[in-house]
Amino acid sequence: MRRADGRRAAILGGNRIPFARRDREYSRASNQDMLTAALDGLISRFGLQGQRLGEVAAGGVLKRSRDFNLARECVLGSALSPETPAYDVQQACGTGLETTIHVANKIALGQIESGIAGGVDTTSDAPIEINDDLRRLLLELNRARSTSARLALLGRVRPGQLVPAIPRNEEPRTGLSMGEHQAISTQRWGIARAEQDELAVESHQRLVAAYERGFFEDLVTPFLGLERDGNLRPDASIEKLAQLDPVFGNGAEATMTAGNSTPLTDGASAVLLASDEWAAEHSLPVLAHLVDAETGAVDFVHGDDGLLTAPLYAVPRLLDRNGLSLQDFDFYEIHEAFASQILMTLKAWEDRAFCAERLGLDEPLGSIEREKLNVNGSSLAAGHPFGATGGRIVATLAKLLFERGSGHGLISICAAGGQGVAAILERDA
Amino acid sequence: MTPDRYQSIANSPLGASVDGRGEFAALVFDASGIDDSARLRALYDFFHPLMRSLRRSGRVLVLAGVPEAAGGPRAATAQRAIEGFVRSVAKEIGRNGSTAQLVRAAEGAEGAMESTLRFLLSARSAFVDGQAVRIEAVGSEDVAVPEDWDRPLAGRIAAVTGAARGIGEAIAETLAGQGAEVLCIDVPAAGEDLSEVANRVGGTSLALDITDARAPDRLAEHIRQRHGRVDVFVHNAGITRDKTLARMAPEAWDAVLDVNLSSQERIDDALLGGGLLGAGGRLVSVSSVSGIAGNRGQSNYATSKAGVIGMVAALAPAMRERGATVNAVAPGFIETAMTAAMPVAAREAGRRTSSLVQGGQPVDVAETIAWLASPASSGVNGNVVRVCGQALIGA
Repeated sequence: MRRADGRRAAILGGNRIPFARRDREYSRASNQDMLTAALDGLISRFGLQGQRLGEVAAGGVLKRSRDFNLARECVLGSALSPETPAYDVQQACGTGLETTIHVANKIALGQIESGIAGGVDTTSDAPIEINDDLRRLLLELNRARSTSARLALLGRVRPGQLVPAIPRNEEPRTGLSMGEHQAISTQRWGIARAEQDELAVESHQRLVAAYERGFFEDLVTPFLGLERDGNLRPDASIEKLAQLDPVFGNGAEATMTAGNSTPLTDGASAVLLASDEWAAEHSLPVLAHLVDAETGAVDFVHGDDGLLTAPLYAVPRLLDRNGLSLQDFDFYEIHEAFASQILMTLKAWEDRAFCAERLGLDEPLGSIEREKLNVNGSSLAAGHPFGATGGRIVATLAKLLFERGSGHGLISICAAGGQGVAAILERDA
Repeated sequence: MTPDRYQSIANSPLGASVDGRGEFAALVFDASGIDDSARLRALYDFFHPLMRSLRRSGRVLVLAGVPEAAGGPRAATAQRAIEGFVRSVAKEIGRNGSTAQLVRAAEGAEGAMESTLRFLLSARSAFVDGQAVRIEAVGSEDVAVPEDWDRPLAGRIAAVTGAARGIGEAIAETLAGQGAEVLCIDVPAAGEDLSEVANRVGGTSLALDITDARAPDRLAEHIRQRHGRVDVFVHNAGITRDKTLARMAPEAWDAVLDVNLSSQERIDDALLGGGLLGAGGRLVSVSSVSGIAGNRGQSNYATSKAGVIGMVAALAPAMRERGATVNAVAPGFIETAMTAAMPVAAREAGRRTSSLVQGGQPVDVAETIAWLASPASSGVNGNVVRVCGQALIGA
């Protein structure tokens, strides 16, 4: 997001709470509790108490109706100045990256000097709606003007209407869960079980190693007694994963298990962005800059694209606009919704027919060096609280680039609704 | 003045004006001129008629010289003798919450005494009792007189290890309350509490395991980038792994020595070597009465805390040359989550075996550190000040 005068948004740091598996450590924590904790941890690292930032953009996917103004409520509950404005964004699993792009764009445009982008999700403290029939009846009751009309309406209440509607991880237009959708793509691209398990084990091993070397000491703040991601399995092995039964897909072709798919998770993350000038004024080193971003979507309902294939299209457009090839990066952060989603993505970009027919490219995008992909593990190990994943990835990649001293990093996140968000970070030499 | 004259002051409107009951809030006596044992009688003559006129939570302060610098053996003997007097008076008045201290000022230290006199005469020194504080001679240019004595640390950057809870939390609060910008440091696992403390005191948090080999460099780099320097560094982080020596695992020895002593040395090297703690700098370490007296089941802990005392003594001359200081506090029984978990009998014994007959609060340790950290305390160097209510052990 570079203006003609070269003004860019800098990423100064991030903070998240460890991600917890559903109904474990954070079972009683609300979205507001978790996002406020992530914000307060960030505020303490950077001494932002009482400061008025340009804005805070954040959001969650599974939100209760009382949290209509979630980000603003969290700002009011945090140590920031109450004069810091905030708004909610919801773009499924892409939320945390999309909020980063929003804040970065405003910084690059000179509308604001600093801001926090974040995201949160709870699958434990999930919103439960009343049965839709009952809801309509209650609304009619509210509109009724006479006692007899009200009594007549109440007489229509049936026991079945008292069963609440619990949110489900399924696409409204297809009725299929995300895993069931991805199982179709997995089969179509012929992604083997062993490959998926291997990727999952690697994710756990790399995340453990990153924790061991203290990489997350300034990126993670413990919450409610949890110090590391609850899903992390230091002893994950291909042998153990091989024993799991498939949970998505049918018959002998089913390869997706609980081990090579991300579990439902609770957590929150936040990223501090600013102009270079603001960073210098506050004596805060710049980790990396956001160069550009692209959001894409596919017609997974009527077309023949898979639900989680939008990044396959968004990334090439982003590369083209910036005159970069897929190989021009030092780090790749591809969100591990499912091991097969990543493997499918890599395969598609190597596939001459797909790149020619669907992307209109003369040559395939080519391969990614696996040593540069998700070097500190990703969602398979850390877990994936939908709205919080983008912030986790942005902060991780920015710090990786800072440690390396210079370079480029590519982020790709697939999202529900057939969407995908991609971004490029860079660190000047 | 004659004894009669002192008595008359005690009963005069001047004395009565303190609280209308003919009592004094403080008794201050300058004994620095006593150069012969025969003249020690002046202590008796001054204090004897006034002892019943010191009100509750009163302060006795005796000013003296440095025995080694006294002119000849007789003067040195007399100056040394004053210590026994002050410590005994402290024991006699402790039950009323009153304290007695000795301030030994070197020749030329007169201009550097105000912060110490203010501290020892105020409620801030509530749990400091029976102590002898030495003040070195310093050039008037090295004595920074604060604009506001309630905020002597205004504009100063202070770092506190072990700041997430307990005494460290109180230190962070107190230093911030006196105007410092506080960098709160603690292990990553304590990050949630650490953030809360840092946000409460308007400082910053740094999650860091100080025993990590890279910690000194990381800390130095953090301070350099974010603040450019540090004016006050408080080594507060400490652990206990109590066992009698025969039962002690080697890990218990290693962990305690590393956290409580060796890591401090490595950090000091990085700060001093990196030029991050310069003129006007203040190093303050937290030792312990256990480090002075030893304690059963604490051979590791007492070794580390005695080492801190040695470190202060060893560093003091070099710090003086920098125009900086290094000092330690040695807490006795302080009411914390750790002491709350002690068996009732041991806890009560800990509280009662001191002249003040009670435990101290974390803020008592913190206030003492804030005094040592003050820019006005440039003459206070190489001291180990107990914050123990004049505990009987190790006295």
